[in-house]
Amino acid sequence: MSSSTTNTTTISTVGPPSRRNTELAMLVFAVIIPVFAYANAGLALSDEMPSGMLSYGLGLGLLAGVGHLVVRKFAPYADPLLLPIATLLNGLGLVLIWRLDQSKRLAQRAESINQVFSPSAPNQLIYSALGVALFVGVLILLKDHRLLQRYTYISMAVALILLILPVFFPARFGARIWITIGGFSIQPGEFAKIIIAVFFSGYLMVKRDALALASRRFMGLYLPRGRDLGPILVVWGMSILILVFETDLGTSLLFFGLFVVMLYVATERTSWIVFGLLMSAAGAVGVATFEPHVQQRVDAWLDPFAAFKTGGSDQIAQALMAFGSGGVFGTGLGQGNSDLIGFAANSDFILATVGEELGLAGTMGILLLYGLIVERGVRTALAARDPFGKLLAIGLSAAFAIQVFVVAGGVMGLIPLTGMTMPFIASGGSSVIANWALVAILIKISDTARRPAPTPAPTTDAEMTQVVRP
Amino acid sequence: MSELTLTVMRLGFLAVLWLFVIVAVQVIRSDLFGTRVTQRGSARRGAPDRPQAQQRQQSAPPQQRQQSGGRGRRGAPTKLVVSEGTLTGTTVALQGQTITLGRAHDSTIVLDDDYASSRHARIYPDRDGQWIVEDLGSTNGTYLDRTRLTTPTPIPLGAPIRIGKTVIELRK
Repeated sequence: MSSSTTNTTTISTVGPPSRRNTELAMLVFAVIIPVFAYANAGLALSDEMPSGMLSYGLGLGLLAGVGHLVVRKFAPYADPLLLPIATLLNGLGLVLIWRLDQSKRLAQRAESINQVFSPSAPNQLIYSALGVALFVGVLILLKDHRLLQRYTYISMAVALILLILPVFFPARFGARIWITIGGFSIQPGEFAKIIIAVFFSGYLMVKRDALALASRRFMGLYLPRGRDLGPILVVWGMSILILVFETDLGTSLLFFGLFVVMLYVATERTSWIVFGLLMSAAGAVGVATFEPHVQQRVDAWLDPFAAFKTGGSDQIAQALMAFGSGGVFGTGLGQGNSDLIGFAANSDFILATVGEELGLAGTMGILLLYGLIVERGVRTALAARDPFGKLLAIGLSAAFAIQVFVVAGGVMGLIPLTGMTMPFIASGGSSVIANWALVAILIKISDTARRPAPTPAPTTDAEMTQVVRP
Repeated sequence: MSELTLTVMRLGFLAVLWLFVIVAVQVIRSDLFGTRVTQRGSARRGAPDRPQAQQRQQSAPPQQRQQSGGRGRRGAPTKLVVSEGTLTGTTVALQGQTITLGRAHDSTIVLDDDYASSRHARIYPDRDGQWIVEDLGSTNGTYLDRTRLTTPTPIPLGAPIRIGKTVIELRK
């Protein structure tokens, strides 16, 4: 129950202040659904309850329980929905990945390429555990989200380093977005999106007035001064450079989109959106003309079924057919053929499995769950009292929303395909871990935002410190 | 496994997934529609299920408690009156909204007063419908009777709130 006494626009809830019990109930629900899905997939695939069901359910329940206890202790007034929805998406992701692990086609494919087939689901469970560990760590160590404001420029440097690092590592699957240390590979872009949001909110909080007010009006648009335009040009250039050198369409789109959204929120000037769209359009067209990798993606987007005639990757075509054969209610978990997608079926293209096996109804449900996370983030931003917290919450939820849009749009053929992962659902360690950290920061901000105002100090004290008299 | 069982499970799973979404939206609903509308009457009706509010009331100083105890449907102020200064005679009906005072153009009462800050003070109802005045870090201060405000303070009926040369009172 955030206080209505400090700010009229802060909307307070009527229920008990903390809503932790609501969260617990939702969490139990969020653990039961994936277990049900697991049983469903197991029965469909092999006619018997899957053997790992108990340990899987316990594992997910344990992670959720630990998360809940830590939230109860360290963020008692946090939003009650963020943790359950994240848990549900993560759990469903585990089921879908496990289901794709059972596919003989994918196993044969992996064996023919790498000689070995290793299931992804156990790894994903470990990554989820690491993600929840980071979630717990952020909640315990980050006492107040405003501490992050001190590291505005450090986080800019860190984000740039994280973005540039993959250039020095060999490209994998046509994109340089991984860094490989020992046997592990990390996608630094996933972590960079959180850190860059910290930088943007710290920077825009200071510069918002200059960006909003010092402008000339021209044809109904506010044209900012050159010196204020500098940073946006730098970010734009940076995202284009990422696109060119790392051929990573998704991350560059994410970064630029994030910056435009935050700029708009900070300044309330529509002209920034117009600028942003024009610049990103110009950048995208320019790069698509000169960069063969990106060009290839655009061609595949314009005519996905050309791959069957000319050869090449038929992933998008297979994904579209998976969505089509799913229909409204889907084929049922474990009964689809989305494994025909082959490469990246359980990471970038996992939404196609959702589309085929859960149908339109299931896909809409999953997308709504993402939408709810974003909505809770925006709600948190509205409720937050400090401008930095507002901008950070908006930035993080915008990053999350843009990522979902970029992946889902790419898989569904709405926009050219980009290499990004569906948050929480797709297989991939960096993505799961980074998104748990993102949710932890949102929970922390919402805890501060929804915390009731402290009771006013007794007026007797105030009278004793009274010195000023007219 | 029979076709029927699988179909039931498949549809059941979708139903459960959507149930989760709907329950989540219900949880959000309380955020949207459970807004505390601090009008007389609704505050009293809602009081028993709000331990927080009661607790706060108890921890308030005796003077304040006495007022809030004596306050009721009849005792609550209905309008804000400017009794001194350039805006003398201005009245604003109190309908549970926050009233901002200051020289800023978007204030509820725009003070044309050299001693007022642009966002000087505000007057708002707390959870119980008690009207509170809070100084927003003004340069020259807000005075309730003759004391300068340092914390949000409940306004007794008819007590003068002084901002620069302007005096404001709450009246029935």
